[in-house]
Amino acid sequence: MSIDHRLPAEYEELRRTVEQFAHDVVAPKIGDFYERHEFPYEIVREMGRMGLFGLPFPESYGGMGGDYFALCLALEELARVDSSVAITLEAGVSLGAMPIFRFGTEEQKREWLPRLCAGELLGAFGLTEPECGSDAGGTRTTARLDEATNEWVINGTKCFITNSGTDITGLVTVTAVTGRKEDGRPEISAIIVPSGTPGFTVAAPYSKVGWNASDTRELSFADVRVPAANLVGERGRGYAQFLRILDEGRIAIAALGTGLAQGCVDESVEYAKTRQAFGKPIGANQAIQFKLADMEMRAHTSRLAWRDAAARLISGEPFKKEAALAKLYSSESAVTNAREATQIHGGYGFMNEYPVARFWRDSKILEIGEGTSEVQRMLIARELGVTA
Amino acid sequence: MSLRIVVCVKYVPDATGDRHFAEDLTTDRDAVDGLLSELDEYAVEQALQIADAADDAEITVLTVGPEDAKDALRKALSMGADKGVHVEDDDLHGTDVVGTSLVLAKAVEHVGYDLVLCGMASTDGTMGVLPAILAERLGVPQVTLLSEVAVADGTVTGRRDGDAASEQLQAQLPAVVSVTDQSGEARYPSFKGIMAAKKKPVESLDLSDLGIDADEVGLGGAWTKVEDAAKRPERTAGTIVKDEGEGGKQLAEFLVSQKFI
Repeated sequence: MSIDHRLPAEYEELRRTVEQFAHDVVAPKIGDFYERHEFPYEIVREMGRMGLFGLPFPESYGGMGGDYFALCLALEELARVDSSVAITLEAGVSLGAMPIFRFGTEEQKREWLPRLCAGELLGAFGLTEPECGSDAGGTRTTARLDEATNEWVINGTKCFITNSGTDITGLVTVTAVTGRKEDGRPEISAIIVPSGTPGFTVAAPYSKVGWNASDTRELSFADVRVPAANLVGERGRGYAQFLRILDEGRIAIAALGTGLAQGCVDESVEYAKTRQAFGKPIGANQAIQFKLADMEMRAHTSRLAWRDAAARLISGEPFKKEAALAKLYSSESAVTNAREATQIHGGYGFMNEYPVARFWRDSKILEIGEGTSEVQRMLIARELGVTA
Repeated sequence: MSLRIVVCVKYVPDATGDRHFAEDLTTDRDAVDGLLSELDEYAVEQALQIADAADDAEITVLTVGPEDAKDALRKALSMGADKGVHVEDDDLHGTDVVGTSLVLAKAVEHVGYDLVLCGMASTDGTMGVLPAILAERLGVPQVTLLSEVAVADGTVTGRRDGDAASEQLQAQLPAVVSVTDQSGEARYPSFKGIMAAKKKPVESLDLSDLGIDADEVGLGGAWTKVEDAAKRPERTAGTIVKDEGEGGKQLAEFLVSQKFI
């Protein structure tokens, strides 16, 4: 008996295809978009054409018939080259389309998924608010059902919402308080708000430290009215739903972090072999060799961690702890590798035209988004049966 | 009636790898990973576009090569071609373009065709003459090196861009067409395409299936032979010309010595 460490052939082929795409299409252009803080529509269109936005969805909704593992493979390969396009895909699929696929009605799926899968439209997920991030239960945005018109009336503000303000953004699924439970806790539901709905305002893009070719906005809702049928899943299930979405999303972010960590290795190995100092390549120095070895170790281990969590997810096994471990380890690896890669590149590493500078700026958010490192540690400890 | 398109593709050593000759001075296929020739991807792409525009079309991808050459077929099938034909025979080792064109001609006739599409050249041998020889063997028109191609009403039309002029060409089907790297970027296979390719049929043929004698092909049947091959010399450090009043002259002298001017 043998235990196969290799990916199944079709997954490996997908990985190679996305690797090629990232190398040929993303790498030559993304630096300029990043410098201009511009959303790379032409690259996103190509990603849509090759079916990346439909990866984990069934063909009946316009998807590729793949799964979450396939999505994560694509994310890792994109992030090896650039994190802005990777997070655009991650948010579009995992946060934009997935809630509709998992919890939406048949009508909602038919209406939105084909165009989301084709990358013609992007979806966003509005969870975070100015005063509630990690404490997602503290949602302030409200949605009141106007029984006379059978419409939700939404009021509130959401912040740091990826993909929410592009020319091709079609909808934002927002979480809102729709009442009180018997125990007095807020009842939270998720509701689809199509772009362009009156009262729904999208602010100018944030000025971010990194992810500069991705779209991130603050959203405000002032008496926004949408049909009652725009409720996603059951009323009052919004909290449970987004916990599921966030658990999955952690694996995606782990894959993204792995890609960034690996991209740092790729760039640094090349640089260490070619950059001469004191008459020899800098890679001849043990100080550099050990850095590279440690960086490779982190990237490799991150990969094993996300693949394990994703394999559990697609086989229907519990994956909460493994997802948290993978997200925590790979994001911290990404930050460390980016710092080391910049160090290896010396002054050039501080120049924006070098990919490692972009990696450095893009890495920090990985320890924050989709559950901070502190939240991950809390979750892991809880899974170990140790609680406050 | 369905438009029958056959795309001839070649499995080549990855041009970005460190390519070598084997001891018998044929391509060392073990030294580097192989793949579907990038120049043939353009032919597959044009076939897919022609098929999309047609009411009914079937695309067969055809390759002659060792066992691993199936990978090139799989890639083309994952891009969207319908079926594959793989001609493999130990006696094919060392076959040159003349022999390959014979095998392809027999295989194309075996499949049945209205349109044969080829890339402009292979990325390993880079001879670029195969489409012409193939058309000659099949006795059909050849319309080569097109940067734009379309099929309608039993006619293929296209544009060939030369240094001095662009020609509009046309031929009645059946015909052999080759397309250049200016004909439009090849699509990336989708995951759906990759999954579907696993289930698409690939027919395996050997020389006897095609009625070809072993002595017409292989090293023995080849019209050309590599007599000798030497590794390209390592790149040297180069010459630095310091301008101390005579820089331009020294530069010119250097270029003359290298026969550039």
